[in-house]
Parts: sequence; C-alpha cells; structure tokens
Amino acid sequence: MREQIEGSRAVAHTVARCRPEVICAYPISPQTHIVEELSRLVKTGELAPCEFVNVESEYAAMSVGIGASATGARTYTATASQGLLYMTEALYNASGLGLPIVMTVANRAIGAPINIWNDHGDSMSQRDSGWIQLYAEDNQEAVDLHVQAFRLAEELSLPVMVCMDGFVLTHAVEPIDVPEAGPVDAFLPPYEPRQVLDPDEPVSIGAMVGPEVFTEVRYLAHARQMRALELIPEVAAEFSAAFGRTAGGLVRPYRCEDAETIVVALGSVLGTIKDVVDELRDAGTRIGVLGVTSFRPFPLEEVRAALGHAARVVVLERALAVGIGGIVAANVRMALSGIHLHGYTVIAGLGGRAITKASLHRLFADAIADELEPLTFLDLDRALVERELHRGRTERRPGPSAENMMRDLGPTATGIG
Amino acid sequence: MPTQPIKFYQTGSFAVGNRLLGPDQRSVQADMQRTNSLNSGHRACQGCGEALGARYALDAAMRATGNQMIAVNATGCLEVFSTPYPETSWQVPWLHSLFGNAPAVASGVAAALKVKGRTDVRVVGQGGDGGTVDIGFACLSGMFERNDDVLFICYDNEAYMNTGVQRSGATPPAARTMTSQAVGDEPGNVFGQGKNVPLIAMAHEIPYVATATVAELRDLEAKVRRAMEFRGARYLHVFVPCPLGWGSAPHDTIKVARLAKESGLFPVFEAEHGEVTAVSPIRRPVPVEEYLRLQARYAHLFADPPRTETIARIQAIADRNIRKFGLVEPS
Repeated sequence: MREQIEGSRAVAHTVARCRPEVICAYPISPQTHIVEELSRLVKTGELAPCEFVNVESEYAAMSVGIGASATGARTYTATASQGLLYMTEALYNASGLGLPIVMTVANRAIGAPINIWNDHGDSMSQRDSGWIQLYAEDNQEAVDLHVQAFRLAEELSLPVMVCMDGFVLTHAVEPIDVPEAGPVDAFLPPYEPRQVLDPDEPVSIGAMVGPEVFTEVRYLAHARQMRALELIPEVAAEFSAAFGRTAGGLVRPYRCEDAETIVVALGSVLGTIKDVVDELRDAGTRIGVLGVTSFRPFPLEEVRAALGHAARVVVLERALAVGIGGIVAANVRMALSGIHLHGYTVIAGLGGRAITKASLHRLFADAIADELEPLTFLDLDRALVERELHRGRTERRPGPSAENMMRDLGPTATGIG
Repeated sequence: MPTQPIKFYQTGSFAVGNRLLGPDQRSVQADMQRTNSLNSGHRACQGCGEALGARYALDAAMRATGNQMIAVNATGCLEVFSTPYPETSWQVPWLHSLFGNAPAVASGVAAALKVKGRTDVRVVGQGGDGGTVDIGFACLSGMFERNDDVLFICYDNEAYMNTGVQRSGATPPAARTMTSQAVGDEPGNVFGQGKNVPLIAMAHEIPYVATATVAELRDLEAKVRRAMEFRGARYLHVFVPCPLGWGSAPHDTIKVARLAKESGLFPVFEAEHGEVTAVSPIRRPVPVEEYLRLQARYAHLFADPPRTETIARIQAIADRNIRKFGLVEPS
C-alpha cells in the first residue's frame, strides 16, 4: 500500500514482512529508526515468531547473526559507518561460512574526523568482504531490494548488504509502496538452509582449513558471486512481474544510448544526476548516466556494454580510496579494459556534503570540455586546504587539522551567524 | 551388574574405581553409552588439560540434554587441534566462528532454537582463557546480561597457548610466558589486579557459576549436569594445565591441577544467582611452592638465589582465597 512514510520505517515494515526469525540490533545513526521500529513490531507481536536480540556491539550483532543463521533462522540486522567497521571480522566470517544474513547499511562516513552524515566510505570499505552489495537509488528501491535480498541470499547461501544513503533516504518521509505480506510470502519461500546445526545430523562448521583446499574454498566464494550476476537480474525480473515495478538488477542505464558522456554513480545521487542529464539533454548535450545497483558482484560486462561506446566516462563516487582516488572508478576502468576513452574520477558528497545540480552542471561542462582533472574533488574549498597546508609548513606544532579548519571556517560551518 | 556398598577411603572423594560404584554413581565417561563428543584422534599435545576437560564437559552436557546439544567454539587450541581439515573430532553439531565472538554466536544459536520452538536443544559455548577473559569478554558479558540460555565453558590454561604461549588476562603473577619473560627485575608476569571471570560472572547474578579442575573430573561432570538444570546464562570456569606452556610434565597434568586447588590458588566453588552455594574444601593443604615447583614457567623463582618474596606474594594470594572462600574447614 502506498503511504507517506519515513524510509527507515518503510524498510522496517518490509523487513518484517520478509519474516526474519532473529533480528540483532545495536544502535548507530542513521540506522537506528529501522531497528527501533522492528523492535516495536516484535514486541507487539506483529512480527512473530521472531527473536529480537539487543546486543552490546555491532561485532556481537553480526556474531549473534552468524549463530542464528547457522541454526537455520532467517536473520537480519542493520548498521552503518563505525558499526560496519566494528563488525568487519564477523562480516568476512559470515560470508566465508556462506550464511545468508541480510543487513541494511545506512551509508555514513567513517572517521576520524567523526561525522554522522552520508557517504559510501563505510560499505565501500567492505567491498571485498564477500557480501553482495546492492545500492538503492531511492526509498522505494531500498524497500524493494530488501525483499529481493532475502531471496538472493538464501538461494546463493551468501550474505547481502542493502546499502541506502543515510539520512538522505533513511530519514526522508515520502510516498512509498510498502510490499504487502501476501505477495512477499509468495515471492519469498521459507528459508531452507544448506547447512544447519542439528543434533540429529551433527556437522562441524568452521573447521581449520590449510593450503590444500583454502584456494578452492575462496574460489567457490567468487563463483557464487558470479552466479549472483545471473541471479540478480532474474530475481529483479521476477520481482517486477510480481509487484509491478522495477527495482534491483545489476545496472540501470539512463539516456545512455547515444551518449558521448556517461556519468557513473551509485545510490541516491542518481536522482539529482538524472535531473541534470535531462536538462543537458534538453539543451542538446548527449549525456547519460549509468546507475550501478550491484557493486558486488561487479557487473563488468554490463558496465562495459553500457559505457563502451562513450567518448568519456565520469565516475562520481561518495567515497575516497586515499592514496589512489576512486574505488568505483577502479572497477569501471577494469570493465573498460582495452577501450580508449577519457575517464574522470570525481569524489563528491563526502561526509554529507550536498551534491547540488549547480555543482553537477559545472562539473559536467568541464568534463565535456575535457578540462577536468583525472581526479577531482567536487566543491573542494581550496583556500581552506591551502591555509591548513601552509600552517603545516610554517608551524612546528600546528595542531589537529580538522579542528584548525573548522576554526578557520568559523560559525558558518554550523550554519549559525 | 552386582554392586557392593563402598566405604570411601576419603570422605567425599570418588578415588575408587567406577566398577565398585553403583550405576547411578558412575561417571558419564565410564559409561559405554558416552557420546565421545570430542572423539579420539585429535591433535592435542600429550597431557593436554583442555582436551581432557572438554571431553568430560561435553559428554556430561550431552548426557544431561539427552544428546540434544549444539556446541560453539572460540578460536584457539581446542578449535585447531580438533578440526584440521578434512578431519573433525566433533561428534556433536559444532560451530566455530571467530576468536572473540563465541558467546555471541552461542546467543544466536539459542535465539534461533527459541524462535523455532526447539528449546529441547541446548547450547554450550566454549573457549580458552584468551577467548573468554580477554578478546571475548564483551560478548560474554553481553550474553550474561541478557541471560541468554547458554552454558559458556572457559578452559583456562592461563595464557595464549595456540599462538605460542603469550600472556593473557588470566596469566598469573610471576608466570613466564613469551610476552612476560623471566628477565629483568621482576621476571615473569606482573602482579596486576587479576581478572577473576567467575566472580565477574557472579556479579551479573546469572543463574549458575562454577569452577572446576581436571583433577576432579566427577566434580566437573556434576557441575555440567547441574548447569544444565538451569535455563539462562551459566558459566563454568575449568582449570586446565598446559604441559607445553607451563613447562610441566605431561604425566603431571592431573597433579598440577590438584595442587592448584589444594594450595588455594584456584578456588573450586559453585554459585547461584550471585551467591556462593558450595565450595570444594581443601583436603590436604599444601604451600604454593609445591604447585609452582612442578612448572618451568616458575623456574626463575627457584633459581639461585630463590625469589622468596615473590613466592610469599603468591602464597598470600592463595591464603586470601582460602580465607575468602572458606576453603579450609576449621578443625
């Protein structure tokens, strides 16, 4: 039913209709509204049978999830930012053990400096953790991806992260069609675990593995993600047939057919980019945008097919690989091996900085004129950076950089005064 | 089988053969129907206290649960020596996840069993002192606080043995490890405040806390059985000598464990809901020196000249335990 609802609450209600049997929760902004609502649904009995476990850390959240999933329970948790990093060891463990846990990541920057606002630094840091990573463009897709995530996870015996932009999506109230219980039940059969801890058929899970088979085990993890490349579009198509709307899939090209310039991006910024693309198209510019929904597995062929004919590709990403630049860009370049075109990496929207249409217009104009640096930081305050660099060169003990620059910026940093 | 009444050599002891006891008094391990939860063929060192303790504890837990049990293991010696691929010594459903998360994983298993209505299946988490006292401590405390239906067993050999004998939060003062070497002005481990997890478990007021040693395996079995009579979080701390790490003779494992208890260094007791309910009295009090001398990790205390002050400080710890827990019955 279409209703005016906050993204987090819509996700919570959707997750509830996926009938998770164990939910582990540890609070961290901007994910908290999801588990708050789920805790209420469990307590009122609207979601039953379900065990809601309030744990003492994200590390424990994922660990409780591991135990529950290995015992055959459909398992869900949610986190963000530092929380995702704190559960890193358990993330690799969950995927290594092939446990189909579904987790929402309400994307948020990672510190230092501490910052609660949106970027993709958290989930991007876990791109090699063995989890499938799906990025939602809007709240409707965030909701729909969760339904698909449980299907994918359980069919592949792999954990899935549904990444949705913190605050931008999680805290946005808008009309969302929250899937009804009946269709979700029809779409999502009860969980049949491939491996389960059962006293009647005892197995050892998590044994010590040496060099004689470790490579093969890791290869299988890769092979399963390659299988996901086939399954993700299948599940998306099935979802579309059942629910009457499009969500998920590997990539989503928008006005790319004859485009000379194609922008590549993930998540909610795609909406803003599409608006700018429409305006530029109206002005006669041949530009399009490719949304990447599945970042892991990375759809090399689909990306290549969508971008291969372009003259230039601008990868706009909300994360930074310090010391090299782009993360998504590196993957896109891999997809474009052997194809000669102009490639630009743009780091944008870090720590919640708004990515405005005005900025994108300037950026794309520079790109089309091929006047863009290979690595560009959108809307970087160069004067502020230069001042701090100067301080570093001239003062013996300049102090902490973040605090220095905040002081330089003055009260405008908070929007006061 | 015919039996005869037994006059015990020492009151309160089971220092007699099983075949002389009534069937109801025989140990789980003496039973042909024992489950061999941790089966033979694993790769523990000769004289390993942990392998012994785990075998007795899990078989007793299997008996108590009618073989409806799932085991969760922390990383460590027990996990490594029992499962070198492709072999496993576990004849119970067994899950190893990570070093620091076994109590939380066990909580997850318990939550799944509860939601599926399989409360007949019980969960035992287990780990060494590193996985319990140090890296797994937060998860353990969380499991206690929530009173999840898990028995967690710590096999305490007082250091990180799997990685080659490094100091843990459970390493006693003056003990030599590879990261608290027997050099300098105060050789061996520091005299810190200690980290008595059984007492910390009691502070959570969980239903059942007990300590045991591999010197009294019947007592260990009885405590596992007792633990399984409760629902909620339970904690069992088992003292398990490590011949390799301690530099004790493999054939002295039981003796070393017994002396730890008899000297007062390792109090053996039970507690329910935060209150001590029983202590195992010391039958033959011994000075700590008898215990320390059997172990090369304390050899620096007995060099020339001996470190009598240090030995006296260790004795003071034992004496305090004896007073605090009432380990020696007033004559």
